[in-house]
Amino acid sequence: MTARSIRGRVAIVGVGETVYYKHGQAREPEVTLALQAILAACADAGIDPRSIDGFASYSNDRNDPSRLAAALGLPELRFSNMQWGGGGGGGSAAVGNAAAAVAAGYADCVVVFRALAQGQFQRFGAAPPAATATGEAALTFPYGLISPAQRFAMRVMRFMHDHGIEPGAQRAIALASYHHAQNNPRAVMHGRPLTPEAYDESRWIVEPFRLFDCCMENDGAAALILVSAERARDVRQRPAYLLGVAQGSEYRNAARGHNAPTYASSSFTTVAPHLYAMAGVTPKDVSVVQSYENFTGGVLMSLVEHEFFTAEEANEFLRLDNLIAPKGRLPLNTSGGNLAECYMHGLELQIEAVRQLRGQSTNQVPGARVGMVISGPMVTPVSSMLVGTDDVL
Amino acid sequence: MSAPAYYLPAGLPRPVAEPDGLDAPYWEGTRARELRVQRCRACRAWQWGPEWICHHCLAFDLEWAAVEPRGTIYSWERAWHPVHPALRGHGPYVVVLVELPHAGRVRMIGNLLGDPQQLVRIGAPVEAVFETHDDATPPFTLVHWRVTR
Repeated sequence: MTARSIRGRVAIVGVGETVYYKHGQAREPEVTLALQAILAACADAGIDPRSIDGFASYSNDRNDPSRLAAALGLPELRFSNMQWGGGGGGGSAAVGNAAAAVAAGYADCVVVFRALAQGQFQRFGAAPPAATATGEAALTFPYGLISPAQRFAMRVMRFMHDHGIEPGAQRAIALASYHHAQNNPRAVMHGRPLTPEAYDESRWIVEPFRLFDCCMENDGAAALILVSAERARDVRQRPAYLLGVAQGSEYRNAARGHNAPTYASSSFTTVAPHLYAMAGVTPKDVSVVQSYENFTGGVLMSLVEHEFFTAEEANEFLRLDNLIAPKGRLPLNTSGGNLAECYMHGLELQIEAVRQLRGQSTNQVPGARVGMVISGPMVTPVSSMLVGTDDVL
Repeated sequence: MSAPAYYLPAGLPRPVAEPDGLDAPYWEGTRARELRVQRCRACRAWQWGPEWICHHCLAFDLEWAAVEPRGTIYSWERAWHPVHPALRGHGPYVVVLVELPHAGRVRMIGNLLGDPQQLVRIGAPVEAVFETHDDATPPFTLVHWRVTR
């Protein structure tokens, strides 16, 4: 362990989620969903909820840590943290921020959570109700470039053009998520299998994305409990140790009006090398990957940027057989992910990574020891993380 | 007199300059049928989108240069799903990202005029078409693109 690495110092010891609902169908208020997920994660870890002393979230979660601490009757609040940036790019970064707080001694037991009840608030996939647009939006909204799918389609289009990516590559990513969801009773798309034919016949949302290339929108909440490695030894579940976390984006990624110099990217070209360096592992060591599907093309680029294959190998690598548990070369999104389990803004992916290391996945990869989570491709900042079992430390 | 023919239906959000005035010269330029981008007086670097500081030399000394409104298609998309009420029932439309090689390779967003189902080719040369919305309050002008031979 080097002094400036999180490797082996903090563990995820509890995971929990609410029932996952279709968009707008949760009857509980959003804050109740958050509280339910947090209590479920405590129960999973076997810890008293009153031992929580910190909170971390991302993407402007509406559920303020001070309110949660009051609602839960916490003896004291020692850490409250919000990762900047929209979209799901902050999912792994929030875990990293929580882990840093534990490692630094700011807090002892930090919850990472995300709650969404979009039926009660504004939907991500619909235009905000405004008559005017200003700043970045002024350059895009009047041209009908409004939704996240529209915002990212041109990045993927350019990447596909540069590297000769065929439609089958995106299709395989969608099929893998739906395949895994059929074994996962929590999944919103459980019992709703997707065939290649149905994918091919699905309508365009915005070329090059078809309907099934795009994530769902859902209601629910998810939470994880982080404690120090020392304390993790006394907890009920097998700990998932953080090996590394990295966040950020490339040079001038946010240059307005689609002027990022590294345009055809998922924003991980500088981030991924930091992740591997901190974790002390290589792509070959990774047993299973959870990669945030806002859109399948973003998954494609993020897997390339994390060096699982090159862009030129993508057409060959991205085949369903390679992407499914238990025997695929790179089992991907083994809970069903954002496409087919739940769009819990990606935090369901961290939970699935932990379950894989415990041997508790509904699509278990035998002997999984190192898991990766990639959060929010194409936004800025993005983030990714690696977790491992005790025997890789 | 019939209504002006716009590429997209009326009712989409109208562009307005930022309250701090950062991009006001750009939008004023479109009203004069000029395509303006920022250029640093100190180091001559091109810059787009707008910012108060030059990303290259960190001088707070940017001017607005009218550039030749031509470029090449850097990327594109064809949008089908109507994400805004104004787009319901409209059908597909094309958005292009246009690179301006003569202005530091900055990129501009607009719609590609012509058949919305046309085959779009990355690298194709395009020229700007100013779409004036004089009837709006306040009036504004959008910058679209069409393929040149």
